[in-house]
Amino acid sequence: MTIAKPVFYLLLVAFIIAAPLLFPNFGTQLATLWLMIIVALTWDMTGGQMGYNSLGNIFFYGTGMYVCAVIGIGIAYPIAEYTNAAGGGIYKFTDTQYFLGAILGIIGAGFFCSLCALIIGYFTFSLRGPYFAIGTLGVAIAAGELVSNWDWVGGGQGIALPVYPYDLDQGKLFFYYLFAVTGVVLFLFLKWMYKTRFGAAINAIRDDEEKAEAMGIHTLRYKLTTWSISAFFVGVAGGISAYQLIHFEPLETAYQTINLGIFMVVCVLLGGKGTLWGPIVGAILFQIFKEVTWNYLLGWQWVALGALIVVTVVYFQDGLMGWLKTTKPEWFGIRVEESSDGGAKA
Amino acid sequence: MDQILGNLGLLFEFPVVNLKIIIDGVMIGALFALAAYGLALVWGVMNVKNLAQGDFVIAGGYIAWWLTGLGVYPLLGVPLAFVLMWGLGWIIYKLVIARVIERDLFTSLLATFGIAIMMAQLLNLLFGSDTQSVNLGFETLFFFDGFVDVPIAKLIGVCMAAVLATCVIVFMKYSRMGQAIRATAQDARAARVLGIDTEKVYAFTFSLNAAICGAAGAIIVMVWVIQPFYGITYAIRAFVIVTAAGLGNLPGVIAAGLGIGALEQYGSHIFGIGYQQAIAVLLLLLVLVFRMIQQRRSRQVLK
Repeated sequence: MTIAKPVFYLLLVAFIIAAPLLFPNFGTQLATLWLMIIVALTWDMTGGQMGYNSLGNIFFYGTGMYVCAVIGIGIAYPIAEYTNAAGGGIYKFTDTQYFLGAILGIIGAGFFCSLCALIIGYFTFSLRGPYFAIGTLGVAIAAGELVSNWDWVGGGQGIALPVYPYDLDQGKLFFYYLFAVTGVVLFLFLKWMYKTRFGAAINAIRDDEEKAEAMGIHTLRYKLTTWSISAFFVGVAGGISAYQLIHFEPLETAYQTINLGIFMVVCVLLGGKGTLWGPIVGAILFQIFKEVTWNYLLGWQWVALGALIVVTVVYFQDGLMGWLKTTKPEWFGIRVEESSDGGAKA
Repeated sequence: MDQILGNLGLLFEFPVVNLKIIIDGVMIGALFALAAYGLALVWGVMNVKNLAQGDFVIAGGYIAWWLTGLGVYPLLGVPLAFVLMWGLGWIIYKLVIARVIERDLFTSLLATFGIAIMMAQLLNLLFGSDTQSVNLGFETLFFFDGFVDVPIAKLIGVCMAAVLATCVIVFMKYSRMGQAIRATAQDARAARVLGIDTEKVYAFTFSLNAAICGAAGAIIVMVWVIQPFYGITYAIRAFVIVTAAGLGNLPGVIAAGLGIGALEQYGSHIFGIGYQQAIAVLLLLLVLVFRMIQQRRSRQVLK
């Protein structure tokens, strides 16, 4: 048992590194899988561990994309001039400009989204239950509509970013590893964070916010910190996506409220809310489901997706990890003792 | 910026323009109010936040459009959509909603979101993604030298909406079932103790909501256009109105509906049509923030 765990993690890391080389045809899908894992894990921070079900985390994804694009282009050319030309061939980026812009843009996107989370959270975290979900959904929809009317960043046409300067296959690997590193860092961070006092405090907020406050936990401060950390990683993921997709537009790609914005919630519910591995397992299952339906049920894929949401939410809300936890508690280190009257207690 | 100021100036220069905006707004608002009333009913009685509200509206519109295509007289589409959407609402209740009533608040939100996606896509697959409308063939009335135009079809639509709203109000107030619904909304457990079959009340309420939405959609297809993915527009408006007016406050819902219709018309006149959706959503956020400030408790700590 003691040897099994390190071996498992070593194999996992080896697989993560080798995956795009083993399956070169699925490079983009694997990168998308990492994106799903990142957004699902970050959604679970507030939704699963803290009990605040946000439907507006996609706001940080879209904002991250735009901030990254603005920084990445802005270090070389004035934005307004660039967007007016709709990214025509006149604008050449040198290699240094490309990579410096990408790195600065991705990091800047993360920090800007954290700041946004603090500001939005200050106003929305006093909303409880469904009002928080509706309020955050409103923020995401409104942002998408406003950005699509904002000509400085390209309006409804969106923005085109420079293309990866070297070989395109190498570019696919580059973005895969960017996503993978972000995902692994996020996973390790969460693994550590959920064990600390901070993790216990946000769980307390989920279980009973009034009591948590009575125990002396400054709930608003904890809620804002958690959301801004989660927004940081979503913003970084958005920034990487912006460079990976090259061209994006506001309503369907950046602030895609009913696509990715809901997918992340479904991933977490599929895998199991409030667990560390649940969102990851859910993201993998969901990505497989999505690829299969998009390939073989073309035209009906959205109906299948809606049905998946309804079935998951109505019949299978504990998710895979929740189901395993009740059927195989010993796998999670929960000792089940047979009490004298024959019933089991944890 | 100049354009916005110019549009504002136009309002003061030609006061008649205000009248046109308000008339348009009230006409749209009346239909928003219908959908919002259904939402308030379901929300208040069974605590289900129905995100599929807008798709019920659109489905009703498509039913009316489809029946007109089969040769049914257009105005008959409204009662027929009412009846058919009643049936659809009942089926959805039995399959999904009945199982989420007792669950936490986020569950119903997500489950109805899934329903909304499915309905929009099914309508898209059945009827295509083009915009559709039913032409009643009535004339348009002009007032003030043609500044204010009122199509007779819109007038008929608003009248039908008013009749429907009145019928529902009278039904809720005086019928046995209406009393049972109001009792369940106040205290479901007490209602059960007193012999009300709450399960039946829930099924009835949800079906009634779907039927109201369906009728509203049938009116909308005669007055404006529908498209499978327009549902979210009506869902957002319904949520804005209900959040602003509160549950179980029918005059409030109607007033908020008309008000939001008018505000939105003003907004799109001043800022341009591209901002219409954004204005509705921002109104929702403003209402939420305002409500929050209203209800903010003072936090007191020992130092």
